Amino acid sequence: MNNSLYETLIERFIRVTGVLVILFLALIFMFLLREGGATFFEVPVGDLLQTRWYPNEEHFGLLPLVLGSLMVTLGAAVVSLPLGLLTAVFIAEVAPRWVREVLKPFIEVLAGIPSVVLGFIGMLAISPLIREYLGAPTGLTALSGSVMLGYMALPTIISVAEDALDAVPKSYRDAALALGATRWQTLWRVTVPAARSGILTAMMLGVGRAIGETMAVMMVTGNAARMPLTLNSFLMPVRTMTATIAAEMGEVAQGSLHYHVLFAVGLVLFFVTLIINLVAAWTIFRQGKRYGRLLS
Amino acid sequence: MSRQLRQRLGFALLGITTALVVLPILLLVGYIVVQGASAISWEFIVAMPRDGMRAGGLWPAVVGTVLLTLGTAVFAVPVGVAVAIYLAEYAQDTLLTRVIRLAIVNLAGVPSVVYGLFGLGLFVIFLQFGASILAGSLTLAIMTLPVIISTAEEALRAVPQSFRIVSLSLGGTRWQTVRRVVLPQALPGVLTGVILGLERAAGETAPILFTVAAFFLPRLPKSIFDQTMALPYHLFVISTQVPEMPVRIQYGTALVLLVFVLSMNVVAAITRSRFRAKRQW
Repeated sequence: MNNSLYETLIERFIRVTGVLVILFLALIFMFLLREGGATFFEVPVGDLLQTRWYPNEEHFGLLPLVLGSLMVTLGAAVVSLPLGLLTAVFIAEVAPRWVREVLKPFIEVLAGIPSVVLGFIGMLAISPLIREYLGAPTGLTALSGSVMLGYMALPTIISVAEDALDAVPKSYRDAALALGATRWQTLWRVTVPAARSGILTAMMLGVGRAIGETMAVMMVTGNAARMPLTLNSFLMPVRTMTATIAAEMGEVAQGSLHYHVLFAVGLVLFFVTLIINLVAAWTIFRQGKRYGRLLS
Repeated sequence: MSRQLRQRLGFALLGITTALVVLPILLLVGYIVVQGASAISWEFIVAMPRDGMRAGGLWPAVVGTVLLTLGTAVFAVPVGVAVAIYLAEYAQDTLLTRVIRLAIVNLAGVPSVVYGLFGLGLFVIFLQFGASILAGSLTLAIMTLPVIISTAEEALRAVPQSFRIVSLSLGGTRWQTVRRVVLPQALPGVLTGVILGLERAAGETAPILFTVAAFFLPRLPKSIFDQTMALPYHLFVISTQVPEMPVRIQYGTALVLLVFVLSMNVVAAITRSRFRAKRQW
């Protein structure tokens, strides 16, 4: 084949694939809408805002699912934000070099453990602890899910926050130290504030991951669709949006009302994570940073 | 309290928090290894499951996961690497490029179960592939793209500009420069990204739930239009859906899946470190 023709073709292909990525995102939205859009014609919006989710009796109140997701995610944030931030600070600023060389791949390994394995070990090893020591009637509770999710969000939070701390110019630290500040003072009054937008991004991405997690949550939260309105709901079973889709989609008839509603729940999830990611991406792009770490 | 003492206490506190992150993970992984090791044997890997999965081995699930991982690679690697080449070597900083980057970040954030719904809607129903290895691989491939693109792009960008300038000044065209100079230099980094992406695909359950995974199917798939069992879904099934399941087999299955996935992680780490040792720039 003519050499320049070959080149033109392959360069075309490369350019087209770039646009393909946008197309995929659009396709996801289109097909969620295609299968789930019918919901909004078939079920009055008022009914979707009810507090009962009994698909068998055509009660499609989404509130318990949305609140369930919210609750488990909040719990996960309480677990993972402080742990993640402090660990990132330790790895980036305090740990000696060899400790860092061990910890960074370790965090990567944590990110690689399949969620179903974590869910499995959560069911068998963590739930009994919660049942025994916190007096929950069953170990499968919102709290179990929060702890589990908190740990699953950690790799994202740690690696993005650590990158942000790494990016703070050395001259900032040198200036503070030269003025007589200790390393501890420099850390909290100079380095961390300088990295704050990156740290915020890290936290948002971590929370975004937590909302979308499915298997581990489904396995450890007990999956009862009830309204979690009081604080002790953390010691009760709860059901998230993701778990509802995963658990029920396999059993519904294609094209049934229940089927459409499950796709509508997917649509809600899609938009929630889209907004979180857009905001996070916006803060990062504004600074002209690499985006690679956003995805780890 | 003196400033030095406060600093020492503070650093100790940070060390303790890090231990709080690391130790539970080590404990859990160690626990799976200890509990699962006794179930592991050659027989356990290559035998068909029997007695409603309460005995026998994992063979169809192992084969299914390998096939799905390969299928994901077939679709995700060419597209992912091409997008990375586009972003690193061709794209200017235009509105289009920015939208592409935004799309990548958002693809990475879409929940895995939503990928499952998407795969069901597009591949299984609309394109009529049915629940099949083809539908599952395509779903996993799209989910894997962001990881492959971002790591491959970073690897390409790390190749010094001078390499490109030399090639172009010798009369090489842009594509020749990419193909013969930049890509070979960046290959180990690109491979690392590919392996990390595939590792994620191999361990995922939610995207294959409605697109390919079979509850119990004690034979091997014959074509890409067949359903198949897969290790992650199998672990989910035997730990939640099968009554009186022997715990030993559950832990054994978790261990096999863990080893399968984490060994890919190790391969990626080795590729990367050998790359660093060998490169001359």
